Amino acid sequence: MGNIFYGIEPSVYKSQINVPYQWWAGETASKFFMVLRDDKKILGKQCPRCGKVYCPPKKTCPSCFTETNSWKEVGPKGKLISYTIVLRQLAALQKKVPVAFGLICIDGADNAMLHYIGDVDVNNITIGMEVEAVFADDRNATINAISHFKPLT
Amino acid sequence: MAKRRVAIVGTGQTNHKSHRPDVNGQELIHEAVVRALQDAELSINDIDAILIGNMDHFEGINYVDCWSIDGSGGYHKPIMKLTTGGTTGSTLAIGGYHFVASGMFDKVLVIGWEKNSESDTTGAITTAFDPIWDRLVFAGAISGLAVEAQSYMAKYGATDRDGARVSVRDRKHACNNPYAQLRKEVTLEEVLASPMLADPIHLLDVCPRTDGACAVVIASEDCAETITSTPDWIWATANRHTYSYLGDVNWGELDSIADASKELFKKSGINEPRKQINVIEMYQPYSLAGIIWIEDMGIIPRGKGAEYIWSGATDMGGELPINPSGGVIACNPIGATGLIRCAEAAMQVMGKAEGRQVPDVNFAVSTGFGGCMWTDMILHGKNKPNL
Repeated sequence: MGNIFYGIEPSVYKSQINVPYQWWAGETASKFFMVLRDDKKILGKQCPRCGKVYCPPKKTCPSCFTETNSWKEVGPKGKLISYTIVLRQLAALQKKVPVAFGLICIDGADNAMLHYIGDVDVNNITIGMEVEAVFADDRNATINAISHFKPLT
Repeated sequence: MAKRRVAIVGTGQTNHKSHRPDVNGQELIHEAVVRALQDAELSINDIDAILIGNMDHFEGINYVDCWSIDGSGGYHKPIMKLTTGGTTGSTLAIGGYHFVASGMFDKVLVIGWEKNSESDTTGAITTAFDPIWDRLVFAGAISGLAVEAQSYMAKYGATDRDGARVSVRDRKHACNNPYAQLRKEVTLEEVLASPMLADPIHLLDVCPRTDGACAVVIASEDCAETITSTPDWIWATANRHTYSYLGDVNWGELDSIADASKELFKKSGINEPRKQINVIEMYQPYSLAGIIWIEDMGIIPRGKGAEYIWSGATDMGGELPINPSGGVIACNPIGATGLIRCAEAAMQVMGKAEGRQVPDVNFAVSTGFGGCMWTDMILHGKNKPNL
């Protein structure tokens, strides 16, 4: 293969896209986060039509297209629906590998929440295992008010 | 060509505001969808497919078609996302028309939305332009508009005072619209004294940033008249893109709207738009466009736009009211903006525009405008069109 750049100085324009964002959580998520921070309680929200309790809470039930109307305290225990273990230290990871991400169906809820699985040898994580929320000592009104979920056995 | 007639049978929009911290994007979308379904007296189960769109990068959520389901009602339905910059909302309406006119779907829900408060407008819009040539600061929201205005003023002798008269009109009209963001009249002096953002465009000449959503239900002729006794029939649509590089544009005249108008009026047998069209909802992001683009549309001869505006002909009660809703200068949730124009035009035809209703509307035009000077247009009519 010949030199495809013969006689040409290949010019590359380097730049970056830097767009700042601020996402409004909305009233429903905000209430969930405030109760999590202030009372260390996990809330779900129930659809009046199908009875499903959503945690993370939803303002509208996606299958019924009905506004959820009642808050229910759920958890702090739950069941691990599925998980993955991250072994490569990607720049965006906030923790040191190995990091276990789990989808946790909180007791009393019908959907699952994404969070870290911690306080466990990652090789011992199994689908279906019982887990419990561990609250952060220094809590702000975000999902990080829960530090991680730890297996009960 | 359309295989069958198509009508808008219901519209809904949020009460648009600068910030909606009480809802996330999905919840905002849901408000508009519920209102559109209520207006059409339909349930989400009646809807066959959904089209949704917003501006790329504005909320930093790329797969809005999937992400929005909690709000859109799209659970287990076909959904497609369309995004074409400023024209997103009008392109969504045209896409909905295609979905139904083609015979593929009977009842389509079209949703445009934006949470403009969640990001940086100019930063996001800059990504629409060529990274090698056109991404100096110029390529944001306002600079291209200022270049158009400068070019037009040099050609035809218009002034920023002429532009201000358009702002005064739109802001006055917005007071009749409970959904508009800016519902306070402004005077010529206030517009001219407001900060100069990009010469000759002052702060009060240009659109605000808005959080809002709009939804429209589009139905086939097989069911439109059973849904509503006053469907808004879509007579024709037209879409034009001209250039992608800023240096190729014919500044001072909007070639895309001129060409789209010709197609729209030819398709529907309109020879004298000024007389045959009763109301226009124009995607007019800044004031002088309200003068330039009605010339391009062939409503007024070149260079006569300002005189026509000053005569009051485009005010409520005038010969051809433009933007009874208050238009884009009063409210601009960008991904929804083009669809709001469409919905407002539909409401005029359906007789549902309440305090901003123009009497006896037979034909209404709605438009969409985007970035490098492209255009969408829709002709709405009270009577059934010929196929």
